[in-house]
Amino acid sequence: MSVLIFIDTAEGHVKKASLEAICYGAKIAEQLGTSAEGIVLGTVKDDLAPFGKFGVKKIHHLNNELLDHLDAQVYTKVIADIAEKIVAKVIVFSNNVDGKAIAPRLSVRLKAGLVSGAVAMPDISNGFIVKKNVFSGKAFANISVNTDIKIIALNPNAYKTTAGEGTAEIVVVNIPIDPVKVKVTGVNKTSGEVPLTEAEIVVSAGRGMKGPENWGMIEELAKLLHAATACSRPVSDAHWRPHNEHVGQTGTAIAPSLYIAIGISGAIQHLAGVNRSKVIVVINKDPEAPFFKAADYGIVGDAFEVVPKMIEAVKKLKGV
Amino acid sequence: MKILVCISKTPDTTAKIAFTDNNTKFDSTGVQWIINPYDEWYSLVRAIELKESDASTVIQLVTVGSSETDPIIRKALALGGDEAIRVNTDSQDSFYIASQISEVAKQGGYDLIFTGKETIDYNGSSIGGMLAELLNLPYVSLATKFELSGNKAVVTREIDGGEEVCEVELPVVVSCQKGVAEQRIPNMRGIMSARAKPLKVVEPSGVNTLTAISSFELPPAKAGVKLVSPDNVEELIRLLKEEAKVI
Ligand SMILES: Cc1cc2nc3c(=O)[nH]c(=O)nc-3n(C[C@H](O)[C@H](O)[C@H](O)COP(=O)(O)OP(=O)(O)OC[C@H]3O[C@@H](n4cnc5c(N)ncnc54)[C@H](O)[C@@H]3O)c2cc1C
Repeated sequence: MSVLIFIDTAEGHVKKASLEAICYGAKIAEQLGTSAEGIVLGTVKDDLAPFGKFGVKKIHHLNNELLDHLDAQVYTKVIADIAEKIVAKVIVFSNNVDGKAIAPRLSVRLKAGLVSGAVAMPDISNGFIVKKNVFSGKAFANISVNTDIKIIALNPNAYKTTAGEGTAEIVVVNIPIDPVKVKVTGVNKTSGEVPLTEAEIVVSAGRGMKGPENWGMIEELAKLLHAATACSRPVSDAHWRPHNEHVGQTGTAIAPSLYIAIGISGAIQHLAGVNRSKVIVVINKDPEAPFFKAADYGIVGDAFEVVPKMIEAVKKLKGV
Repeated sequence: MKILVCISKTPDTTAKIAFTDNNTKFDSTGVQWIINPYDEWYSLVRAIELKESDASTVIQLVTVGSSETDPIIRKALALGGDEAIRVNTDSQDSFYIASQISEVAKQGGYDLIFTGKETIDYNGSSIGGMLAELLNLPYVSLATKFELSGNKAVVTREIDGGEEVCEVELPVVVSCQKGVAEQRIPNMRGIMSARAKPLKVVEPSGVNTLTAISSFELPPAKAGVKLVSPDNVEELIRLLKEEAKVI
């Protein structure tokens, strides 16, 4: 028996969200008195053995360039084979783009109950119960998994990574893979930017910015803080900003350590996707803006005056 | 071309989220139900656009739910689509729902199956993937753009920090999100014609669930906002550094 963690990579590097999945899976293995093993598919640039320090004893690596792009069907088959081989009782994914594609398929294939969007460790005192986000962050549900094998897709930024000691044994896997049917013909990376769901800090702005030409200061502040940028729905609907920046109930749900909302009113649909952020800062000229009720810190003021001052203050702090 | 669009009902985005029966059930008292926005704005509208560019396209809608779901499915038909199928059962876990839809899909011989990225109530993001596995079809998730090119789908999908374009032969299951299409408002003609469109009710097949909800919780309330003067922005940055320790 063991816990299997899907370690996913982007351009050959292990994603931050996967480190969280490893630490989470290792902790579950500890709870269950068993060991945690990882699986990596495709070619990698990182040296995998050192990832043992996050708690995986072994990493199964299928070093095949046909797996460099995701075809959930092909991935599922391979992961299922390894899971069966090592008798995995719990399988952990990050609930990111790849996890969302693969975990549901694997759930069907292994007849294993899936909890996607998990935010806490399973409670194994009476069955196997995992807490997850529901109603787009407005509530939690405790889901009881009633199958022999359990699959958990952990929300990014929901579990803290901690590094200890140890190296992982790398097991080179050589099993045939099914023909890839989803063929990737082009990649458009918004390079250098921090992926929104993984970001520790997110600087977000709304209609209060008046127009796309005023985003320079938002981007500058984000850059100084190594933050990702986000926006409210009307801003992306009006094409002031790209769709992938839209956060909220009908956009991306995020849970960074720090969310800075500038010129956003704080409508219920917006709050739903961001209220799991640890610290929320609101900059709004309207003291009655609903966002202040959900905020930890706030400034009632004009963004066009406050944001440049924030940039100066951060520069001073960072000595740049 | 035959398209199946999966439709789910969800509480309105402004609905009060509360629970009953010792926090084991969602309290639907006074709740307005809507079509799950991802299903309505993206999957359904894109299917309608495909039919607009090729009139021989047939669009069928499927939903899993009791008769309470009928107004939602009629509203979807008012936007477009030729007919609807409702699997007559209270929806349970994702596996149960996906299994019911897969039974419908097996009968229909669809070239394309659309789901929304997730429902805004249970946020599972699982139906599309489960359905694809049950039907042994390829799956492209989190699409932001969808085109047809002969017997192939050309789909742009989200990846971490960007997008990628992929090609896949039909039939395929695709989950849709923003970018795929733009929200439409049903018009009077659509609403009138929806009444005459067939809504077939089928009975569920016997499937076990894999998970169950044991209870719900609401998040703890925030302690209250600490306001800083706009003339003292440095103080805010100091608080974020020294008190909140987030920068
Ligand atoms: C079904 C449905 C789903 C939705 N999903 C989402 C979603 O996922 N995400 C989302 O964001 N919205 C969503 N919405 C829309 C939501 O209801 C709000 O309309 C939207 O969030 C408002 O965006 P905003 O705060 O940028 O704009 P507004 O509500 O117009 O607010 C602008 C704010 O900027 C402030 N402001 C103006 N000028 C300045 C200045 N110079 N300095 C500082 N502050 C200033 C104003 O005081 C105001 O509070 C949804 C709506 C519906 C009906």
